Amino acid sequence: MGSADGGYGDIENAALRARYAKVFAPPGWNGRLLAATALALLVFGLWHLGFSPTRFFNGLGSLGKLIVLMMPPEWGTTDTLLRFLKSLGETVAIAFLGTLLAASFALPLSLVAARNTTISQILRFFTRRSFDTLRGVDTLVWALVWVNVVGLGPFAGVLAIAISDVGSLGKLFSEALEASDQSAVEGVTASGGARLHGIRFGLLPQVAPVLIGQCLYFFESNTRSATIIGIVGAGGIGLELTEMIRTLEWQKVSFLIIMILITVSIIDKLSTMLRGAIAGSRTPPN
Amino acid sequence: MTASAATPPRPGVEQLSRSYADEVARKRRRFLVAAAVFAAMVVLAGWMAEVDLALFFRNIHKFPNYIGRIFLLDSGPMAGRFVLLDVPGWFWGLGKWLKLLADTLLIAYVATFLGAVFGFIACFYAAGNLGASHPVSFCVRRFLEFCRTVPDLVFALIFVMAFGLGPIAGVLAIVIHTTGALGKLFYEVLENVDQKPVEGLVASGASWTTTMRFAVLPQVLSNFLSYALLRFEINVRGASVMGFVGAGGIGQDLMEAIRKFYYPDVSAILVLIVLTVSIIDLVTERIRHHFITQVG
Repeated sequence: MGSADGGYGDIENAALRARYAKVFAPPGWNGRLLAATALALLVFGLWHLGFSPTRFFNGLGSLGKLIVLMMPPEWGTTDTLLRFLKSLGETVAIAFLGTLLAASFALPLSLVAARNTTISQILRFFTRRSFDTLRGVDTLVWALVWVNVVGLGPFAGVLAIAISDVGSLGKLFSEALEASDQSAVEGVTASGGARLHGIRFGLLPQVAPVLIGQCLYFFESNTRSATIIGIVGAGGIGLELTEMIRTLEWQKVSFLIIMILITVSIIDKLSTMLRGAIAGSRTPPN
Repeated sequence: MTASAATPPRPGVEQLSRSYADEVARKRRRFLVAAAVFAAMVVLAGWMAEVDLALFFRNIHKFPNYIGRIFLLDSGPMAGRFVLLDVPGWFWGLGKWLKLLADTLLIAYVATFLGAVFGFIACFYAAGNLGASHPVSFCVRRFLEFCRTVPDLVFALIFVMAFGLGPIAGVLAIVIHTTGALGKLFYEVLENVDQKPVEGLVASGASWTTTMRFAVLPQVLSNFLSYALLRFEINVRGASVMGFVGAGGIGQDLMEAIRKFYYPDVSAILVLIVLTVSIIDLVTERIRHHFITQVG
């Protein structure tokens, strides 16, 4: 383009180049090296994980066949439809109770874990580390552990979601507590309130909208987790889904996926609405 | 009594306190109704999820037992002792597990890379402010929504049937999910760009690609990279359980150890996973801070 303008554009270009040398500089060796390494790692990864073109395109072909087999989505008899609806209800119930249980344990624990409300530094340290450990282990692993304790079924799923979310919610709650304004608490204690009064009347009203917003957000994401927790036998629609995939009932598989899609979007919309209503314009970090 | 006789009746105050009491009562009533509805929901959910408190309290002792048991060696001369007394015996399969862990990281890396590339391409068509037509952006957005709403393990289950057991299914499942998640975050960033540089380039006759390259990308690139790194963190966690459905990585061995009651193996693999995830979290956080401070 510059050459089409004749010499004038080139002169201007040169002047610009001289003035903003940094902008026009070719990418440095560091950048090139980084990009090359990233690409090399990608290629190595593809090769190492067994991505050969034949295997990939064969797989794509059979995937296409599966998708054709999935059409149109169908639920079979009324009995199966009722069973599907029941397990869908189970899924939502698992997410709801799991989040509720997690929140009710996370709230008192987060008071111990937050810098401004804790009773001892040592306890605070241990609570925080336990949050990290609980969070570090995946919900599916917890589900397998709880299946050993309470047997197969949705109850294990509730407990699994609850225990891994105590870690996440506890961390978020304690961060919200630490970010709160201390002057209200000081006001309550200065007028003769006890420590707990300070927390109840100075702190909680401040952070409640944030905490409720986070709970709703987790309810949303737990609905997704609860759909797959059935894969390890912990109840919900995942159980039906694995069963239908194993028995190659592809039309029912696509029907179940559509059910999951609709439910998750409804819950997303609902919780976004509720979050907006409760927290005003504030949204929790995601 | 004397007070009421001495002061003249003040209807204003009485009315005020009555309406105050009414307000308080109404608020309390509303709270009670909400609490009742909530309690009903809890009971209904408890019934649906087959919550059995009696069973729970009867069996709860198994939970600490289980946690304790995975930290006890189960074979060799030190059987029944705490795992830290014989670390080489505890991590007898370290070589195998490290290899699987490396596979897991590679799955996460490849999937994040490809997902970010697809998300990057999609976000320009999904953003409403950079010239994509309305029907196009609507369709792309719905597609991205589909990609991130269906859980990645569901995709993995189906891909395992199509591509066979192994990491390919896992990678593709995470790629789809990452495309959906990153595509959304990316187009939200795009919609918040400062329009002035864009207008400047358009006004001086630049093509669409040039405008994107010189007006938009410099504004958003650090954000994009930061989101992609965050996603990498999430995908490492996701990849570690892909093996549960046979889609590669260390999850397969973990699942087997849990199912077949190889207690100390469970804790060994979990320790490895938790350590790896924490290290990755720390490193990516460092890099993300670097990106953000460098530009902003």
